[in-house]
Amino acid sequence: MAKIHITTTINGAPTEFLCEPQQTLLDVLRDQLGLTGSKEGCGSGDCGACTVTIDGRLVCSCLVLAPEAEGAKIETIEGMADGDTLHPLQKKFIEMAALQCGICTPGFLMASKSLLERNPNPTETEVRYWLAGNLCRCTGYDKIITAVLDVAAEMRESAR
Amino acid sequence: MNAPSTTGKYKWIGTRPDRPDGADKVTGRARFGADFNLPGQLIGKVLRSPHAHALIKSIDISKAEALPGVKAVVIAKDFPEQPNLIVPTGEMQVNLRDVTRNVMAREKALYEGHPVAAVAALSETIAKQALALIKVDYKVLPHVIDVAEAMKPDAPLLHDHLLTEGANPPATKPSNIAKRIEFTKGDSKAGFAKAEIVIERDYTTQAVHQGYIEPHAALASASEDGQVQVWSTTQGHFQVRGFCSRLLNIDTSQIRVTPTEIGGGFGGKTVVYLEPLAIRLSQKAGKPVKMTMTREEVFRASGPAPGGNVKVKIGATKDGRIVAAECTVEMQAGAFPGSPVGPSCMCSFACYDIDNMYIVGFDVVSNRPKVAAYRAPGAPISAWAVESTIDILAQRLNMDPIELRLKNAAKKGTKTAYGVTFNTIGMVETLEAIKNSDHYKTPVKPGFARGVAAGFWFNIGADSSAASHVGEDGSVTVISGNPDIGGSRASLALMAAEELGVDYDKVRPVIADTASIGFNFVTGGSRVTFATGLAVVNSVRDLIRELKVRAAKIWKVDPDGVIWENGMAKPAGANVGTFEPLSIADLAAQAGRTGGPINGHAQLNVTGAGPGFGVHCVDLAVDRDTGIVTVGRYTAAQDVGTAIHPSYVEGQLQGGAVQGIGWALNEEYIYNSKGLLQNAGFLDYRMPVASDLPMIETILVEVPNPSHPYGVRGVGEVPIVPPTAAVGNAIARATGVRMVDLPMSPPRLSEALDAATPRMAAE
Repeated sequence: MAKIHITTTINGAPTEFLCEPQQTLLDVLRDQLGLTGSKEGCGSGDCGACTVTIDGRLVCSCLVLAPEAEGAKIETIEGMADGDTLHPLQKKFIEMAALQCGICTPGFLMASKSLLERNPNPTETEVRYWLAGNLCRCTGYDKIITAVLDVAAEMRESAR
Repeated sequence: MNAPSTTGKYKWIGTRPDRPDGADKVTGRARFGADFNLPGQLIGKVLRSPHAHALIKSIDISKAEALPGVKAVVIAKDFPEQPNLIVPTGEMQVNLRDVTRNVMAREKALYEGHPVAAVAALSETIAKQALALIKVDYKVLPHVIDVAEAMKPDAPLLHDHLLTEGANPPATKPSNIAKRIEFTKGDSKAGFAKAEIVIERDYTTQAVHQGYIEPHAALASASEDGQVQVWSTTQGHFQVRGFCSRLLNIDTSQIRVTPTEIGGGFGGKTVVYLEPLAIRLSQKAGKPVKMTMTREEVFRASGPAPGGNVKVKIGATKDGRIVAAECTVEMQAGAFPGSPVGPSCMCSFACYDIDNMYIVGFDVVSNRPKVAAYRAPGAPISAWAVESTIDILAQRLNMDPIELRLKNAAKKGTKTAYGVTFNTIGMVETLEAIKNSDHYKTPVKPGFARGVAAGFWFNIGADSSAASHVGEDGSVTVISGNPDIGGSRASLALMAAEELGVDYDKVRPVIADTASIGFNFVTGGSRVTFATGLAVVNSVRDLIRELKVRAAKIWKVDPDGVIWENGMAKPAGANVGTFEPLSIADLAAQAGRTGGPINGHAQLNVTGAGPGFGVHCVDLAVDRDTGIVTVGRYTAAQDVGTAIHPSYVEGQLQGGAVQGIGWALNEEYIYNSKGLLQNAGFLDYRMPVASDLPMIETILVEVPNPSHPYGVRGVGEVPIVPPTAAVGNAIARATGVRMVDLPMSPPRLSEALDAATPRMAAE
């Protein structure tokens, strides 16, 4: 079967790739574009380790077909830092030890960023429910939740 | 978060700097198992048994081999037979004869998911097509899943040769009981005769998976000259090397294993599954072979931790002194012998000072995947039973559960059932930490109930190597060989900086492959910060010795006349002479004239691991209509020795507690009548998510381990031991219904509540 030609934007950069119709976006990101920061933990949309945004919408890239990227704007963990400046969430995750093994971290960061873009003043419960689609087996979530709440407070403070 | 008592005692230890691998792990740059690729690599896939128990009459791989794009197919005959030889793997032991059969089934498929063949092809699509072309002629055999069923004399036999080790009288007929063990202290019968209250209960637990988010992955490249390279996500790359060397008859020196970043393990990545297959496929195909498991494969064919049946009997006097205790543990080993029933028995009553104990354990095979270590292997299973029974005792005596435990707590000089007499331990201090906590002092909220439970784990030392190298500019690389599974680079760098008297960011910790550092035992047993930490400290001391020799050469004095202070060589006294102190950078700059490179090394078999104790306290509410439990407040206190990087110590307590909450409330392997796993995915195997939980408060009780220069105790495993019983005890107090079977999931709990209604006070 002929491959499909896809034109898309990934982390601000115009990107083209060829894919098979049944390939997932995650597979293309990881295996063809070298963007291995998105992780495959389950392949069924249950763990959130492959979280990216498509046109601002938070998705599990393992549940998105690669051809759906046509004409879309995709953000991955590789685009989160601004040059050599880490995003406040990235900095805070390190500072607060909000990661242990780190495999779930890209997904949590993408989901947390998406939350704060929509809701700059979330409650603990709102953070917990927003991140309920991301599994972490190491931390018990405590330091992740604390880090997100801390960053939200700091970002509100600096926006004043 | 409490401030550790060591704050101020040290410059670096007890501080919370950024981890050295932090930036890589928040940017997606860190490379985990599945992130490694080689030019020209093939994709390997495994064909797995669809049956719980079946004779493999024949395997026809000819059509698969003929499929264009298929480069190699392997089955059992591609792996040499192995001797009946037991080797250690972290806290568990395995038999090589069984290991080779677990990585590739030989005579029989012993569980659903058991590998029967593997292929390497140009793409995953072709590899999957090839699997479908392999014809396996099975004769399906009767299977057995449940431990109690497997122990019956007429149960389907997994292994015709298996005679119960330790049986009395000696076993003459094969059975599924691989081993019987017992531990005795004093005379339990005489102890029970003195008891005024005796409580006896039967408990069960189900198999649970470690649930690491990263599936197993391995990349192997075998060269024509016999050399092999492997990249693997593992808790022990030396263990991978050792197993592959044995299973494939390759010298260890010919196999070089590089550990990738590891996405969780919890004990489940201390064994091999894919690596021997990937090497053999690579040898046959002449190309690198990459293999990754799907989540479904992880559930069906790796891990899990066993379930077990536990009978507990505890006798006490009316004042709350436990005078006798007995325990019987029947534990799932999976398809091959080797459950953690030994540690389960040994840990059962280890929190307590009891004169009379009798503990029996059975290691039982059944048609389940071979169990692997999971955080304090075996201990949570006996603790669930023992700590629930002690709570019943507290209720009967109308005693505070912490007071009852304090009355019986193990302390320095307490002799355990397994013969060891404790040195300095922190059980009493940990109980008191909960007793004095804000949580325990705060009245329980209306609608909630409180439970507490304790837990114990030995922790281990074992073999570690480390090296410290001074660079040309005086910065230092510290090299060790244990994969960093939760911040150990930071703890090792902190100890090296403390010892050397330099800044934390002048030390770069590196995890070397098997060819680049001496042997290191697995990242397991809560050993890395303790044992590999000691090797790092010793390597730095060796480095300091060398630095002093170099300073002595420059000053033309005796090395004994040089001391090392705050990262500088200084004259020991005025009699040595007057010299400006020399920094590491000064000494590095002159290294070429004083003897060349400046390095330190250490290799140790570390003993003296300090055991750890944890006490957890939970407030929860039960919805009587649905059986749903809401955890409202949770505090974990633990004797942690010295918290080197307190944030990561807290993280161990929090993560372990939450895994234990999952074990208590949701997680279980569910089988159908054909012996097939029904919930091999994260949707149906329900691990805790963020919205299920409150913050997990931690109390770090620092009772330094006298056998370590900085007082380190292992901390990673203890936290999973108390939660199940803490939760069960709270449920019993909330509802009046004492649960004895795990998990206390909504359907089970609502059923138990319905059965108990209208009787409200069970105990």
